[in-house]
Amino acid sequence: MTLVDPRRDPAAAAPVPNGFGPMLRKEDGRFVRGRGRFVDDIDLPGMLHGAVLRSPYAHARIVSIDTGGALAHPKVRAVITGADLERRGMAWLPTLSHDVAAVLATDKVRYQGQEIAFVVAEDRYSARDALALIDVEYEPLAPVVDARRALDPDAPLVRDEVPGRADNHVFDWEAGDAAATDAAFAAAEHVSTCDLLYPRVHPAPLETCGIVAALDPVTDRLVVHCTTQAPHAHRTLYATLTGIPEHRIRIVAPDIGGGFGNKVALYPGYLCAVYAATITGAPVKWTEDRSENLMSTSFARDYHMHGEIAATKDGRITGLRVRVLADHGAFNGTSQPSKFPAGFFHIFTGSYAIQAAHCRVTGVYTNKAPGGVAYACSFRITEASYLVERMVDVLAFDLGLDPAQVRRKNLLRPEQFPYRCATGWVYDSGDYPRALEQALEMAEYAELRAEQAQRRAEYERTGEGALLGIGLSTFTEAVGAGPKKQMDIGGLGMADAAELSVHPDGTAELRLSCMSQGQGHETTFAQIIAHELGISPYAVNVVQGDTDRTPFGLGTYGSRSTPVSGAAAATAARRVRERAKLVAAAMLEISPADLEWEAGRWQVRGDPAAGASLAEIARAAHGSLELPDDLEGQLSGRCVYNPPNLTFPFGAYVCVVEVDPGTGQVRVRRFVAVDDCGVRINPTVVEGQIHGGLADGIGMALMEVLAFDTDGNHLGASFMDYLLPTALECPSWELGQTVTPSPHHPLGAKGIGESATVGAPAAVVNAVLDAIGVRHADMPLTPAQVWSAMRGRPLRTDLAVR
Amino acid sequence: MQLPAHFEYQRARSVEHALALLSRHGPEARLIAGGHSLIPMMKLRLAQPELLIDINEVPELGGIEITEDEIRIGALVRHTQLLDCAEVGRSAPMLHDAERVIADPLVRNRGTVGGSVCQADPSEDLSGAFSALRAVADIAGPAGERTVPMRGFFHGPYQTAVGPDELLLRLRVPLPAPGLRTGSAYRKVSRRAGDWAVGAAGAAVTLAPDGTVAEVGIGLTALGAREFVATEAEDLLRGQRPTPEAIDAAGRAAAQHCEPVADQRGPVEYKRHLAGELTRRVLRDALARAGGR
Amino acid sequence: MEITVTVNGRTRTRDVEPRLLLVHLLRDELRLTGTHWGCDTSNCGACAVWLDGVPVKSCTVLAVMADGHEIRTVEGLEGPHGLDQIQISFVQCHGLQCGFCTPGMLMTARWLLDRVPDPTDEQIREAISGQTCRCTGYENIVRAIRHAAAAERDAAERGAR
Repeated sequence: MTLVDPRRDPAAAAPVPNGFGPMLRKEDGRFVRGRGRFVDDIDLPGMLHGAVLRSPYAHARIVSIDTGGALAHPKVRAVITGADLERRGMAWLPTLSHDVAAVLATDKVRYQGQEIAFVVAEDRYSARDALALIDVEYEPLAPVVDARRALDPDAPLVRDEVPGRADNHVFDWEAGDAAATDAAFAAAEHVSTCDLLYPRVHPAPLETCGIVAALDPVTDRLVVHCTTQAPHAHRTLYATLTGIPEHRIRIVAPDIGGGFGNKVALYPGYLCAVYAATITGAPVKWTEDRSENLMSTSFARDYHMHGEIAATKDGRITGLRVRVLADHGAFNGTSQPSKFPAGFFHIFTGSYAIQAAHCRVTGVYTNKAPGGVAYACSFRITEASYLVERMVDVLAFDLGLDPAQVRRKNLLRPEQFPYRCATGWVYDSGDYPRALEQALEMAEYAELRAEQAQRRAEYERTGEGALLGIGLSTFTEAVGAGPKKQMDIGGLGMADAAELSVHPDGTAELRLSCMSQGQGHETTFAQIIAHELGISPYAVNVVQGDTDRTPFGLGTYGSRSTPVSGAAAATAARRVRERAKLVAAAMLEISPADLEWEAGRWQVRGDPAAGASLAEIARAAHGSLELPDDLEGQLSGRCVYNPPNLTFPFGAYVCVVEVDPGTGQVRVRRFVAVDDCGVRINPTVVEGQIHGGLADGIGMALMEVLAFDTDGNHLGASFMDYLLPTALECPSWELGQTVTPSPHHPLGAKGIGESATVGAPAAVVNAVLDAIGVRHADMPLTPAQVWSAMRGRPLRTDLAVR
Repeated sequence: MQLPAHFEYQRARSVEHALALLSRHGPEARLIAGGHSLIPMMKLRLAQPELLIDINEVPELGGIEITEDEIRIGALVRHTQLLDCAEVGRSAPMLHDAERVIADPLVRNRGTVGGSVCQADPSEDLSGAFSALRAVADIAGPAGERTVPMRGFFHGPYQTAVGPDELLLRLRVPLPAPGLRTGSAYRKVSRRAGDWAVGAAGAAVTLAPDGTVAEVGIGLTALGAREFVATEAEDLLRGQRPTPEAIDAAGRAAAQHCEPVADQRGPVEYKRHLAGELTRRVLRDALARAGGR
Repeated sequence: MEITVTVNGRTRTRDVEPRLLLVHLLRDELRLTGTHWGCDTSNCGACAVWLDGVPVKSCTVLAVMADGHEIRTVEGLEGPHGLDQIQISFVQCHGLQCGFCTPGMLMTARWLLDRVPDPTDEQIREAISGQTCRCTGYENIVRAIRHAAAAERDAAERGAR
């Protein structure tokens, strides 16, 4: 083996476990050199560039579109409008939520930023220039901006293209036992109610969405390089939409600069680029700019919730009821399991033993962009977790109890697992009190409460100084969808596959249907194979993101990779190991029953010196060794993993903030996060995932929001207005862990990608409100919002501030 | 990605050359230095100049000079340069307070002091700071040089005393006579590091030997103060002892006489409150630095 | 117009439109795609490169303004003896996930350490505060920069002995 130069490959030069444990990432070498390959880095010969003309209006009838000026531009090669697509039956595309969405607007525009025309030019500057040469005549219409007015009898109609549609109602959906819950409330000693908004936010990965579409004139295949978290699902969708059969489509997802759910959906710009490639015969690149990303692609949340919590006077929760108004924008385009119109929101009883619970969700159309499930939300568990964690604090506030005490009193106990909650989810495993106590201990909760009292007294005496707030969140996640019988996306069951081939020299290739957007699959999945086969992770080449080279599967979102693809990889490796056993038996001329697996080799029970390493077995399997008739040569295994249940990671978070009561400014002083995601394959990577989610929590709680003015103008259409946290708003995260393995996952692992994003916002909000002694105010808690809340007049954060 | 429309480009070699180019090409020509205000506006096509005159290599426009009675800051001085100048921090600490909260280090590496004040964005921190410090602006034009006090420099949002055929040479910050106790400070409330101000205030105080306020300048940023200053609050304090009551009164006056507008950073009521609260705080900070408290 | 720019020590001449942004000169004309862009509005810092030794946001600099000047990009960090210490430390501290902000972060971090060899956490956070990372929550970026500073101080001490 050649010596690794630590100045050229520091990751490989560092200690590498043959299995689980901290390990530096194999993928980092290219990124620190600037040699990652992202979609916009791709440059094909003769490539053209697309640009999208978008609506300045939130709601307007299109009277006419004149593309003549743009077509006269010397560098413009094509201008595509909705009328062109209509002739090919491509003007509307079916969404993943039983609706259709416009690709390019034909009749009217339904939100600001909606796609109207697609210009194809020889360079990107000319494509942009030509947008200004398209003349569109609009007849402005009154928009539906406030979701709470969307069902008013006089509300303008967003979807008047649907015959017979008379209102903006999308769906009603409920879960839980309404009657039992009503009874629990009727009998309750105490009921607290609260209206909460989880505002519209955006996943805003640093790399925007983009595509390079090309038709190979020789093979007549469509080759799409795209920022997609789900390459195989995209291939199926493209086939459905374009009529090109799947075997003539290749989707390649190269390096992806963050996804967070933003890169699950299939956007109009992609389809336009594909269409443009077919009519021009040239490769067409389209990369959206940041405003396009924020205005038109998958937003997240936008849940207006009315929560009610029933309890005894000493704080034991007896019922939870919630009514949700869900703003779905102009098209119902959520990317989620098709039988779950509100995603997994009905896990809203969270970590608590609540006997009676019921939710009712009503979706409405408004003149805003479609989307709704994105931003590390685990299919709306962010909203659910925020609801229950906030309601528990409201209850504590109303009863004058310590929020930690209320949680202790109501958390599920370890002996209750597996636990079927009031809305039917079966939690696989957990030890919630242990996580909470550990978090409180790390935070030094009692000391913090004492400091808080002292600071408040000081403030009341002098009018000076910062107030201290302590916020808790004890959340439960549910990740790793399917099972496919209950969960499908666009009719595709939520299973994932892995194929493992061991080469003749004992190194291996693992081909996956999931796709990293920064999660480190090349390392973590190599560690899974290393763990199962006793070889170095550096002996495993992980292939992902290319539909020509990987098996079919649903992709990476909803923290699915480890729960589903991780299980598939482990199972495939075990199948390889079992096959290796049979080959070894043939090599050693011994019964397989007499062999035992030990550190990468099959050896004879009782005679460890006699045996064969995986490399020797692989060589033999590819060689001339006579194998039993029922045993194929070579050494490979595959698995399509259909998860029997979700995995249920959980955690206990403590956020400590200081609030300047004179200005409303919040400083997050500390953040303690105890996470349990079962067995950790690479603890370093797991912690990195948590760090990122915690920053999201600060962002959503304190600054991120997509608000709209009364005309439907988007007020967060650039990073000047859609604020993301910087290093200065984030404290140094203090992490702790407990390990409660999942009983049904082959590795005992649970997903971790979204836990912190789900759990953190409530902790921050609870801390700020705790500091200022206010019962509730909606996110984001900007200085103005905190100051207004202290005066009893919190702002409506989804609308323009007046 | 958002891109500017077409334009011509020329690099000016001297002030004289820049002025000649401005005269020759008329109002469709724009000067560019750091470009951190102009280029984003050009990308949004809110500005579409026909000619950009690059003044980054005009030597006369650079440099910070500190004399006995003033600090001279060339229009082309980058924010980082001003922040790195320790003597400025000692003589006019408010400028360092303000610079520290302007945008971010990379923007400060490129953006210029002159560009910031000439943009005259109502949320520009340096506008409030220089106005509080009673700086003056030296402006060159076809008819030669002229000097305009900062209080008189801003003609409204995005409008200044610098005419279309003129350019800003430098800002000069007067220093108080030696022996007088003086202090200044600037504070900003923002939604996040690097964001424009929700509201900000700066104060410069000079104390007379008897401990009364000999002179005071109070600047307000993003709070709808006329010419970025709270003159009524200044008038209340001048000649008075800076007691807590006097400071409170100044804060009230600052709040009362500004005209903030509501936006996503906050409602009018809150911004008006900030005008008062921040005025009080920066006055206290400035006095502390002057050794007056 | 014709411009000549020194990029990572190499002189490059191109005929460009005055409106060409520096980030596009690097990415599209010179095919140095390690410099990314993420926002258009000089907020995110994915496009950070050195202009005459100082990091700037190349989405807000015109290529023509760089005529006659020196640019250094992430591709210019690695030397004949291997990676720059800051690159090594980002790998060793898991200072990156998706890798999109990484080149810009590296350029700013290198600049900081050249100016301030022993920065505090607060100085590190301030230095990168104009650059957005959506993956790491900044924790390991801060650690990586601190790690590089320590490694370079150690190396300097060894060299001095």
